[in-house]
Amino acid sequence: MTVAATNPMPTPPAKATHSLLVPNAAMGRRNAAEKRFRAYGLAAIAVSLSVLGIMLWSIFSDGLSSFFQAKLTFPVTLSSEVLDPAGNGLREEMTKVTTIGYGKLLTAAFTAELAAKGISTEGVTDKQLAEMISKDAPGVLRAKVLGDTSMLDQTITMSVLAAGRIDGYLKGRVTMETAERDGNISPEQLQLADRLKTARILGSSFNTRFLTSPDASDQRPEAAGLGVAILGSAYMMLLVLIICVPIGVATSIYLEEFAPKNRWTDLIEVNISNLAAVPSIVFGILGLAIFINFAGFPQSSSVVGALVLSLMTLPTIIIATRSSIRAVPPSIRDAALGVGASKMQTVFHHVLPLAMPGILTGTILGLASALGETAPLLLIGMVAFVDNYPSAPVEGFMDPATALPVQVYSWASRSDPAFIERSSGAIIVLLVFLVVMNVTAIILRRKFERRW
Amino acid sequence: MEGPIQMKDIHIEERVVSDHKAKITARGVQVYYGTNHALKDVDVDILAGTVTAFIGPSGCGKSTFLRCLNRMNDTVSSARVVGEILLDGEDIYDKRVDPVQLRAKVGMVFQKPNPFPKSIYDNVAYGPKIHGLTRNKAELDEVVESCLRKAALWNEVKDRLQAPGTGLSGGQQQRLCIARAIATSPEVLLMDEPCSALDPIATAQVEELIDELRSQFSVVIVTHSMQQAARVSQKTAFFHLGNLVEYGETGQIFTNPKDPRTESYITGRIG
Ligand SMILES: Nc1ncnc2c1ncn2[C@@H]1O[C@H](COP(=O)(O)OP(=O)(O)O)[C@@H](O)[C@H]1O
Ligand SMILES: [Mg+2]
Repeated sequence: MTVAATNPMPTPPAKATHSLLVPNAAMGRRNAAEKRFRAYGLAAIAVSLSVLGIMLWSIFSDGLSSFFQAKLTFPVTLSSEVLDPAGNGLREEMTKVTTIGYGKLLTAAFTAELAAKGISTEGVTDKQLAEMISKDAPGVLRAKVLGDTSMLDQTITMSVLAAGRIDGYLKGRVTMETAERDGNISPEQLQLADRLKTARILGSSFNTRFLTSPDASDQRPEAAGLGVAILGSAYMMLLVLIICVPIGVATSIYLEEFAPKNRWTDLIEVNISNLAAVPSIVFGILGLAIFINFAGFPQSSSVVGALVLSLMTLPTIIIATRSSIRAVPPSIRDAALGVGASKMQTVFHHVLPLAMPGILTGTILGLASALGETAPLLLIGMVAFVDNYPSAPVEGFMDPATALPVQVYSWASRSDPAFIERSSGAIIVLLVFLVVMNVTAIILRRKFERRW
Repeated sequence: MEGPIQMKDIHIEERVVSDHKAKITARGVQVYYGTNHALKDVDVDILAGTVTAFIGPSGCGKSTFLRCLNRMNDTVSSARVVGEILLDGEDIYDKRVDPVQLRAKVGMVFQKPNPFPKSIYDNVAYGPKIHGLTRNKAELDEVVESCLRKAALWNEVKDRLQAPGTGLSGGQQQRLCIARAIATSPEVLLMDEPCSALDPIATAQVEELIDELRSQFSVVIVTHSMQQAARVSQKTAFFHLGNLVEYGETGQIFTNPKDPRTESYITGRIG
């Protein structure tokens, strides 16, 4: 530009003899445009990467702590006077003792341990002391004792969940200031917690129950886990796979290889593309009307969830499968037909094997998007509080279950901040599953890419 | 000593007789692609034990006619074939004819080498397998070997039969495709510009091969190169704008064409 402005080119012949070593104005502009374009591209990538980074950082900083949980460890004597009032050691008689009885036993053992270790409970009432143990603990102990009645009158070391606020204190969510205003916890309890920590009665360890336990009620955030959600999601993915792959692949093969090209197939084609664009909540309403109200499948069951997700995933799988079938070079079909293979043989011996990686990747990506789908599942009642595991397949498909993204949603909408941490933790688990699926898809694609 | 000589004599005898017999007879063949009238009223007799070359400018309908002979045009939904094509006196467009069986009898080699993305062995064995031509593995091995030998490829690949066919060079791939085509023991071999994707050395190998194949198959070859037609064929058909302009002895077509259009084409004025 500057060259052109200060030294305008006099005559065309001069241009013809222009040296390659002298920069040329037009060339300069072209290169500048290219540089600008690269800069735009880099800026766009930088913006998306930083947004992604911020998102991941916030999820991980909120959620990673849910994989660790505060626990109280102390010895408990399983006195038969309390747990076996009939005195005959029969399991049937022992079931009459409710969690309240076990709760009292635990509180007594906890108090005794504090006394034995000489830890002062100054400013903490007996009720407050009892409340430092999770409301989940008596149930756990009861199940343990009823599972093995020979433990009666023995002294065992129990490691029970601490109350949600104590856990929050260890993770920094609960502070002395918030405790002042909190009816559920007092600063004195937190000071006691500090002393318990020094005495190694209170500690934090890896929270396997977060991955295995069912959901828990609002009062017991410390006990809530993803067990039912993971199982429900796994059941649904399995069913979606069983439903979608045969239907999707058969449809695609028929449309690509056998169907005559006419108005009807055009119509079908357009509608498949349209279905892929239908908002997922619409499929939820459809599922509610057809599968629950009309067909009478049980609400919140994995089978209904899977049927609804299949409706959504099918178009994706069909589109991916068709495009990978179309990508198989026609010369391969000619070759097979040329040696006298039938249409069927051509498709199954040659076209499908070559299209397989594309079909697999499409299927996995379809499944991944189904795994993250929430809205339609809310409509068919999968958001219900489920604290029983669904039984094993096949009957288990009819049992109420929930799904990972729905669990994220329902925890995020609860009031106790402890559930926000759980919600982010559930997102991490969901992301791990999604990443694993996508990586599998990429590996498959790399492995089988372009073998012809 | 006497036996083999007799055998050879009989063999030659057969060839002489079959030289005069029409293997394929086409009468009034018209092909339409939708409304495009691509082939107009073609009458031709393809002789047994002969290499017949189809020449003509691009788009004149050579491939179209070739693909009529094994009904590969059935796969083009817009294509419509009218007229009569007889193979050994039987109408191949008869309703009772299954094109799948026809294609085992009339093999095809394509312009671009298109081996299956499978092993060399599987490429050749595929046809015999699907047609149930062999009863056991030993027989299949034998067929594969003899076809690869006929296709002049055996010595190059005998140590790596399980290697992928797509890993061979272009010329080897095309010879593999020829081996694959002859493995179903066809009676006619159709070749659509089989050398156009090959270098001169590979072309020479394939041409030599075509001449050898003539003893067992009727070969029909579409070619762009008039030198190639002159080198490998005994009969030549010249197509122009969908018409079969001239058909006769190769020598006569190239030295003494009857039609002025043929003359212009071979002297390079059209095409
Ligand atoms: N699959 C097809 N669909 C429609 N038209 C075709 C198709 N194949 C060939 N044609 C038409 O038929 C005519 C002859 O083509 P082709 O037989 O391929 O010529 P050649 O092999 O002699 O070059 C051309 O006009 C071409 O456009
Ligand atoms: Mg052609």
